[in-house]
Amino acid sequence: MFAQPKSLFEKVWDAHAVRTLANGQTQLLIGTHLIHEVTSPQAFGMLRDLGLKVAFPHRTFATVDHIVPTNELVEPYKDNLAQAMMDELRKNCAQFGVTFFDRASGKQGIVHIVGPEQGITQPGTTIACGDSHTSTHGAFGAIAFGIGTSQVRDVLATQTMALGALKVRRIEVNGKLRPGVYAKDVILHIIRLTGVNGGTGFAYEYAGSTFDAFTMEERMTVCNMSIEGGARVGYVNPDETTFAYLKGRPYSPTGAAWDDAVARWRSFASDAGCRYDDVMVIDAADIAPSVTWGINPGQGISINENIPSPETATSEDDRAGIIEALEYMKLPAGKPIKGVKINVAFLGSCTNGRLSDFQEVAKYIQGRKVAPGVRAIAVPGSQIVALQCEKLGLDKILAEAGFEWRAAGCSMCLAMNPDKLIGDELCASSSNRNFKGRQGSITGRTVLMSPVMVAAAAVTGVVSDAREIFAVSNN
Amino acid sequence: MALAKITSVSGRGVYVPGNDIDTDRIIPARFMKCVVFDGLGEFLFYDVRHTPEGVPTGHPIDKPEHKGATILLSGANFGCGSSREHAPQAIHKAGFRAVIAENFAEIFFGNSTTLGIPCVQAAREDIAKIAAAIERNPALEITVDVAAREVRFGGEKIVITQRESARDALVNGRWDAIGDLIDGLPAVQTTAARLPYMAVA
Repeated sequence: MFAQPKSLFEKVWDAHAVRTLANGQTQLLIGTHLIHEVTSPQAFGMLRDLGLKVAFPHRTFATVDHIVPTNELVEPYKDNLAQAMMDELRKNCAQFGVTFFDRASGKQGIVHIVGPEQGITQPGTTIACGDSHTSTHGAFGAIAFGIGTSQVRDVLATQTMALGALKVRRIEVNGKLRPGVYAKDVILHIIRLTGVNGGTGFAYEYAGSTFDAFTMEERMTVCNMSIEGGARVGYVNPDETTFAYLKGRPYSPTGAAWDDAVARWRSFASDAGCRYDDVMVIDAADIAPSVTWGINPGQGISINENIPSPETATSEDDRAGIIEALEYMKLPAGKPIKGVKINVAFLGSCTNGRLSDFQEVAKYIQGRKVAPGVRAIAVPGSQIVALQCEKLGLDKILAEAGFEWRAAGCSMCLAMNPDKLIGDELCASSSNRNFKGRQGSITGRTVLMSPVMVAAAAVTGVVSDAREIFAVSNN
Repeated sequence: MALAKITSVSGRGVYVPGNDIDTDRIIPARFMKCVVFDGLGEFLFYDVRHTPEGVPTGHPIDKPEHKGATILLSGANFGCGSSREHAPQAIHKAGFRAVIAENFAEIFFGNSTTLGIPCVQAAREDIAKIAAAIERNPALEITVDVAAREVRFGGEKIVITQRESARDALVNGRWDAIGDLIDGLPAVQTTAARLPYMAVA
């Protein structure tokens, strides 16, 4: 008897399906629950109101990331709302018996960086977190969902949530990326092709020789931004790269349990010949260093293209979108994006705040200086990333170049802490969203790009092609 | 706890045009520095409703003729971006009880349904038709009939669509799943016991 070939999504779903609910949705077990200070306090409040406990406290892990100041380490923080959220999370974790990677633990950081580096994120598991970038964890072959606060409550109270199955789209990228092209460019390219809602209703399976060759950090960068194309879930099948990354992490299995776990993890990979609802194939050679010019992550172009103009619109919607974006971004239609003046350079976020991101930047920025008038900050994604960078002296290289080296957190990706744009400053940013007002000023402007492109913009003071500024040779 | 059966929502409507209206725009991040959802209603669309200096811009939801509207209309991919439930919470606390759009971003849709806010899809031309009718008569009563999958206004009727699991949950009063999920806890234990990583270390 041959079993029907299945995708990883189906296998993980089936292994975690508890039962079918009256409305046809599935009660799905969420093996790992990650929480942070912004979307959990109300959920704990609801739990108290209902007189409920956390069902599996050992499967919930907390950290603090969105509101933490990156240049203020001692509490109480100047911002008393931020302090109140910190206190609330601390209280909730203590009361409900949840592990909290507090700043004093040395393990604090952006939740999507902490999970993997602790070995909590594992293949073949389900993960949920009250944050849309939870898709990051899919890099390990987990099915990871961004959820709202009521669902945070549901997962705390029952370790499950009500969900309908997603369709699966395989996105295959094949070949070698050209020099100066990074994982960030791959996902910006994909979102440009699909649009910001092309992924609605889908889980993305990223595959192909480009992904096979990627490191875990590169896979995380791509999976992280799945939601920017509308896909709630994005994953890569687990392989030797995945297992090598997880070996020896604090929460990884050890001894005989490790071998059992690897065998089990391997079994979750999509079967050859399984059915996909859609397939997209991309040639790695077609991907160029990319930047956004508009107000959503789908409004991207390669660095040597011109900013779109309403005349080049492909539809009435596209036209309206271009007009609205150009007006907000104060950018000239039809002119090169290269050379647009920047005011701020931001390195960090759950998309690009890992060791390899800072290593790559340090490699090129060593001996260079941030252009006069540009405010540049580098924010490691976690305390562990910070320490790794500091051991290698990357913090010094960045500081000598003119980047302020900060403490770990989400920082200027969404500016819930003091790191904000001022007025209509334009930020070359390694983060994931260029929405209106996203970086803390209601007229602030964001241009998304890879970390090395941020470095190139920082040293020239304008949006630049990193390949022309540095002798780029990443691959 | 018994939940209301949300079979239809009636009231006045307000049209907020635009596609890809993200949840940062619905509720800017700085208003999420709170440990309860109370008070979010006044910050709905705050940065579009005000200039950087805080002067009202004359946003549709601030127009006197639309005060008290309970049905929000918009374009495609409404609610994209961040998973913040603060977005539908703000919409609800501002008095809206249903949203009609061309389509919705996935997480926003689920969050709204869990709060008992029907999010229904209509064709662009039909949304334009309703918007035009509101423009002519802001006091026009609009009925979003979730059960019958239609919107009625001023003698007209348009077809709406909605994911069946959401429609079922709303009309049968099971849009907040917590009760059902708790009922399933014994089965949850069985499923968890089959998964090695769920064991207490």
